[in-house]
Amino acid sequence: MSNRVINILVPVISVIIGLIVGAIVMAVSGYNAVDGYIALWNGIFGDSYTIGETIRQITPYILAGLAVAFAFRTGLFNIGVEGQLIMGWAAAAYVGYAVEGLPKFIHLPLALIAAALAGAFWAFIAGVLKARFNVHEVIATIMLNYIALHVSNALIKVWADGGDKTQRILETASLRSPFLESITQYSRLHWGIIVALLMVVVMWFILDKTTRGYELKAVGFNHHAAEYSGMSVRRNIILAMTISGMFAGLGGAMEALGTFEYVGIKGGFTGIGFDGIAVALLGANTPLGVIFGATLFGSLQNGALNMPNEAGIPTEIVSIIIALIIFFVASGYVIRVLLEKFNSKKEGK
Amino acid sequence: MKKSKFGFALSLLAAGSILAACGAGDKAEDSNKDEGKTASEGGDFSVAMVTDTGSVDDKSFNQSAWEGIQAFGKDNGLEKGNGGYDYLESTSDADYNQNLNNLLRRDFDLVFGIGFMMGDAMLEVAEQQPDAQLAIVDAVADAPNVTSILFKEQEGAFLAGVVAAEMSKTGKVGFVGGMENEVIKRFEAGFLAGVEAVNPDIKVDVQYTGDFNKAELGKTSANRMYSSGVDIIFHAAGGAGNGVFTEAKERKEKDPNADVWVIGVDSDQYDEGQVDADTNVTLTSMLKRVDVAVKDVATKTKEGNFPGGTVVYGLAENGVDLADSRGAIPQEVLDSVEDYKTKIINGEVKIPETVE
Repeated sequence: MSNRVINILVPVISVIIGLIVGAIVMAVSGYNAVDGYIALWNGIFGDSYTIGETIRQITPYILAGLAVAFAFRTGLFNIGVEGQLIMGWAAAAYVGYAVEGLPKFIHLPLALIAAALAGAFWAFIAGVLKARFNVHEVIATIMLNYIALHVSNALIKVWADGGDKTQRILETASLRSPFLESITQYSRLHWGIIVALLMVVVMWFILDKTTRGYELKAVGFNHHAAEYSGMSVRRNIILAMTISGMFAGLGGAMEALGTFEYVGIKGGFTGIGFDGIAVALLGANTPLGVIFGATLFGSLQNGALNMPNEAGIPTEIVSIIIALIIFFVASGYVIRVLLEKFNSKKEGK
Repeated sequence: MKKSKFGFALSLLAAGSILAACGAGDKAEDSNKDEGKTASEGGDFSVAMVTDTGSVDDKSFNQSAWEGIQAFGKDNGLEKGNGGYDYLESTSDADYNQNLNNLLRRDFDLVFGIGFMMGDAMLEVAEQQPDAQLAIVDAVADAPNVTSILFKEQEGAFLAGVVAAEMSKTGKVGFVGGMENEVIKRFEAGFLAGVEAVNPDIKVDVQYTGDFNKAELGKTSANRMYSSGVDIIFHAAGGAGNGVFTEAKERKEKDPNADVWVIGVDSDQYDEGQVDADTNVTLTSMLKRVDVAVKDVATKTKEGNFPGGTVVYGLAENGVDLADSRGAIPQEVLDSVEDYKTKIINGEVKIPETVE
């Protein structure tokens, strides 16, 4: 077997194993696995409505994944994507409804920029703490997540005069469009996917095409060496966190300006930021990989909703199945090792 | 490095194509399903609901609504599934729209949304699909094809307050709320008013968990309250309130003479408070008969009288009440509760809807 064949076989086998184990779980719990997978498939690609919803679900995952991946590439572990996303969500929603009388081509970008800045600021705090005082970014960002959650809740309370969500954003700040609604039977598909894909290009460009990007990566690989060669480690850490936070903030804007069109008080985290870690890792921290990771995550998540709907499988079991599939895709490395062993034995004969 | 990237990309592509293969092969079966649906539809009335972010067996709000739908189904000889009755659970607030749409696309004649958080999603779906018949519990969605079901929680909570005030030995009672919103504020306002009506000197400790699902937060609040001398806690915190029961039960286990009581909410939570065969920490529960309301609206709609607008269920409509205390509450307290009940229904006692 050549390397190329192994490269193709590994993911195929890991997905098949994931599906088989998921099927066993369904069978053991007394549900029809075939019906379950048909429902999953229909929930992802069934018709234009579900496809629209699937793409909508993928959009924030791409941005959250980019945020984590960007930080990873520069040697930082940004667990604070969740908090940065929440801040971006709140900022975009506020600008979306409070700033009146602007035409769409100014208002919408303004709301997006507000979200990016809010997310960037939240990450900037952790960046400064790391660069100046050597506070580990994992601790700082985890704590900032909680602060973000409760700060945004408090702000919403003020904005909504004691209510639990803000007013709807104005038409001029919305990413939704009647056109997208009409081709997807009123799904909540919005133009955010374009923003997300644009950011994929931005990340690729920064990392691979600019000197600054080279420096950021160099600091990530070995900050001693980077410092020795005359790069400012501190400045690069702060910059890396800020850019990462910007992606996360935009992820929040997708929810504020597209999916929900408002921001409401949250009892807990949205989970998008944390899933972003898995998305980034599945995508090997590359911009293109993030798209695939987000597609897998978003599709499964969205398709999962249809399993109770069409096949009557309870949500708890559905969560196990989805987790299993992702688990096996992520552990493709094990399968690679086994395949290579098998291969070398054969050649030995 | 390059190769592994390629591998990753491929793995995801492969995932897609395998799933694609699965789907294509079973198209035929799928269309059969659709036929089955239309066949069973003949004249029958079907009804479904979307839960709030809790599960359908949350021993509280969602469960109560589901019981109402099941009762309606039984009365009308319906079966669970398409053309009968069914439910979908929401795991996050992003799921509301899709769950509502999914049920409408399965041609249910009436779809309920349970919980105030679904208000916006309901309104959106209602406007997009003007032919759909929808109903929402605990929120007002202002569209001609939505019936908004509200409750006078303050009336039931008032009775809970009366019980707590008359039975408290320490002169301190507690209220644990979930998220601070209009609905839960009605519970709080009613409870405070009830306590004050009996004895204005009794202190009420009010705490909010900020969440409806995290039992550990309810437990922490209860722990703080019981430690500070509170002996009766009324909770209106959904799943988080289960933590209040846990705390009370733990205290009762350690010390069988401990004076700790819980007043449950939404449905009869007697089972939640069971410590052992003879001990139970549930004093009573304030029933919010979501089941009664859901069944009522479903029945009216089936008869062709879709209510529309806002419908309010209070003491007079059997929408709220206290559960059987199974001997935990002495007769004279029950008498005074009955007394207040008549006064509330007559309008002699006015209960505020908001905390002053």
